[in-house]
Amino acid sequence: MPDTFQILEEQQGEVALLRLHGYLDAHTAAEFESAIQRRVDQGCACIVVDCEKLSYISSAGLGVFMSFIEELREKEGDIRIGGLLPKVRQVFDILGFTEIFQLFDTADAAVTSFQLKEEGDATNV
Amino acid sequence: MRQTFEQSFALHVPSSSENLAMIRAFVSEVAFRAHLGEDESLLLAVAVDEACANVIEHAYGHDATKQVMVRALLDEDAIRFEVVDQGKGFDPSIIEPKDPRQLVKERASGGLGMGLIRRIMDEVVYHIVPGEKNELLMMKRLKKQR
Repeated sequence: MPDTFQILEEQQGEVALLRLHGYLDAHTAAEFESAIQRRVDQGCACIVVDCEKLSYISSAGLGVFMSFIEELREKEGDIRIGGLLPKVRQVFDILGFTEIFQLFDTADAAVTSFQLKEEGDATNV
Repeated sequence: MRQTFEQSFALHVPSSSENLAMIRAFVSEVAFRAHLGEDESLLLAVAVDEACANVIEHAYGHDATKQVMVRALLDEDAIRFEVVDQGKGFDPSIIEPKDPRQLVKERASGGLGMGLIRRIMDEVVYHIVPGEKNELLMMKRLKKQR
């Protein structure tokens, strides 16, 4: 099928960038959860999820974002989302997730937001 | 005399999460026939997906030998979806939508599905016949086209 699910992973400095393709539902959420858990286990606290190619999300996918954000913020990191298509963003809106998560127009902007924080922290030392 | 039209469609699939994509495609096709746009169509797919995912996980315990049935009824005023199973029933009165902020604090990964269904659809009704079948009926009113 042309629109299943795929994750492409990159590391940009301290930031793990996960690019999602296809649909995130009860069938594919476990793969996404494993990818994030693997990064967390490696000590990464700053995660960007690029949703530009994400065509669909259900509560199972939202639940993955939900289950990690507290842990990452406790570690002074975050999970930030870039490039949501309007049709997918409306699902985040309905549940108030746009108030809970930091959303950016692009994944690059989300990655940059972490890097700016790091530079700010270094300046304040 | 006003002429009304009603169309009905049905899909039966084995109770496996890999079939959720097929269920969503079915919902999208019905939404297309109702002249709904891409955003509205996706939200209907989310509601029906959530209902079916609940059946697959909770009513049938991922037993793919069981069948999930989705019926769609379309008329001039509304689009209705019925999700029917013969699995383990539950008391719908105990399923209350949870506040996503509270779920975040609890680090929960579930608990959002019913809230999504109720926020998307205009009416949500359960019919539980213990030992026989469970039906979740969801209705969305159609905006009048002028």
